[in-house]
Amino acid sequence: MSDAIPEFSKAKAGEGHEVGLTNLSAFASGPGIQSGKEVAAIIAVAVIIIGGIELALRLFQVPLYIMPPPSSIVYALWDEFPLIAPHLGYTLVELLSGFAIGAVVGLVLAAVITQFPFAEKIVAPYILLLVTTPMLALVPLLILRFGFGYTPRIIAVALAAGPMVMINAATGFRRVDSAKIALARSYGASTLQIFWKIRAPMALPMILVGLMIGAIFGLLTAVGAEMVGGGFGLGNRLTTYSSMIQMPQFFAVVLLLSTLGILIYVLFFLIGKKWASWEA
Amino acid sequence: MNLADAPTPKLGVQAASKVYHTASGDLLALDRCSLDVNANEIVSIVGPSGCGKTTLLWSMSGLHRLSSGEIRLDGVKISGPHPDIGIVFQEANLLPWRNLDANIRFPFEIKGEKPDRAWIAHLLARVGLDGFGGKFPRELSGGMQQRAAIVRALALKPSVLLMDEPFGALDSFTREEMNRLVEEIWLDTKTTIVFITHSIEEAIFLSDRVVVLSGRPGRVAKEYRVPFPRPRSLEIMATKEVFDLTNRIKMDIVGERATPKAAERAGAEIVRIRS
Repeated sequence: MSDAIPEFSKAKAGEGHEVGLTNLSAFASGPGIQSGKEVAAIIAVAVIIIGGIELALRLFQVPLYIMPPPSSIVYALWDEFPLIAPHLGYTLVELLSGFAIGAVVGLVLAAVITQFPFAEKIVAPYILLLVTTPMLALVPLLILRFGFGYTPRIIAVALAAGPMVMINAATGFRRVDSAKIALARSYGASTLQIFWKIRAPMALPMILVGLMIGAIFGLLTAVGAEMVGGGFGLGNRLTTYSSMIQMPQFFAVVLLLSTLGILIYVLFFLIGKKWASWEA
Repeated sequence: MNLADAPTPKLGVQAASKVYHTASGDLLALDRCSLDVNANEIVSIVGPSGCGKTTLLWSMSGLHRLSSGEIRLDGVKISGPHPDIGIVFQEANLLPWRNLDANIRFPFEIKGEKPDRAWIAHLLARVGLDGFGGKFPRELSGGMQQRAAIVRALALKPSVLLMDEPFGALDSFTREEMNRLVEEIWLDTKTTIVFITHSIEEAIFLSDRVVVLSGRPGRVAKEYRVPFPRPRSLEIMATKEVFDLTNRIKMDIVGERATPKAAERAGAEIVRIRS
């Protein structure tokens, strides 16, 4: 075993330009509203923008099939919801199961691989390949092999989410603070204890970033895979409504998907605030 | 505290050498350092930066393996981290995701022991941190963080406390305050302390002996006894004896470097700035 020269770099972990869930610039400017005045201003701007669009679309008599006014989208969502709801359920099943598989595999791989720098070097190009390849491209192939059911979509979601989780989690696990590991070792900590009590908590902010990006990529892939083929899911609704030129219904589904994306973001933001706020 | 009273030193360093294997070749950081620390003694190690002070301390703690030589605790050779040795690191080294209580509980969690609540409460009160248990490290000043780190190190009741430039990052007033705190704790517990520092004043204030290491590779160059009684008041620290001792140690460390050439260069620098 060879020891490294003890170093205490001036830039401590967690400072500077590292990306954490709570210091992504989008987060920093996001929640954290200060006063009633700010709330009022935010609502006023939203009303002006949405109202302005509504007004402009009606004023210029833009046809419904080009761009439906916001009110008709909201009405369509309300009216069609019983029809759309089961499809939302299918998409959620694909997303949750695919994401769960991808996230678990990604996390385990990241944790294991970062322990062996040489193995990491061997695996890195393949991970990069998985990250950069749009998994949607594989969906027709997966459908050929697995049919039109859940399976090809869940696989696609897992393949899209897993590498995203892994690459970010690996960045987290690679953040070695030798002084903190030395601290644990000075009390006789085992490798496993060092992992659970030092490495894992240090990696947590990056793991959360990975989970969030993975979940959002998973949603994109699930919807895309449903658009490619098959008879259910929100993606299928999109193709169906657009082929029937039912634009208010089409945009209602888009609105639902945006809401889903925002919910994922807010969920991980709240988790990050609770468990990883020490970094900010 | 007399050498004659303690035939077996508390902590014995015998011909300790340490070579680091780096990408740019081997680096001899410590070269046959020998040094005894007696029970209940405070020994400071001073020396130019990069002289292997921290290497020596990490080796004493069992965190680093020596390339040759050995470290003995109560006469028994140590081969790894030892429960009887506590360490205070540079820059507090608290875990930022744990509050103060959880940070102090950390050593007990690793060892699978129940924390000694009464002792921890006593220590926290001793360093003036009672009531701060729920705070996170980032909510505390540097001095408070380092006090928490001292509590963490003492919580397991080690018989030797190794302190690795613990107050280097603090401002000088906080530093003096922390030095008095270490003295108080020592008067309380009589824990054997090995203290690494850049500050000669700090070393003299705290120590029974000051060991001077030479520049890389680190060797024990000189050793001074500091005979002043404790607690050491500001008056004692202002005496000529302390002043002379400070200067002698300073000369040992920087003496060879402060050549006239450097002084000339410095002079030229000043002239250039003026013109």
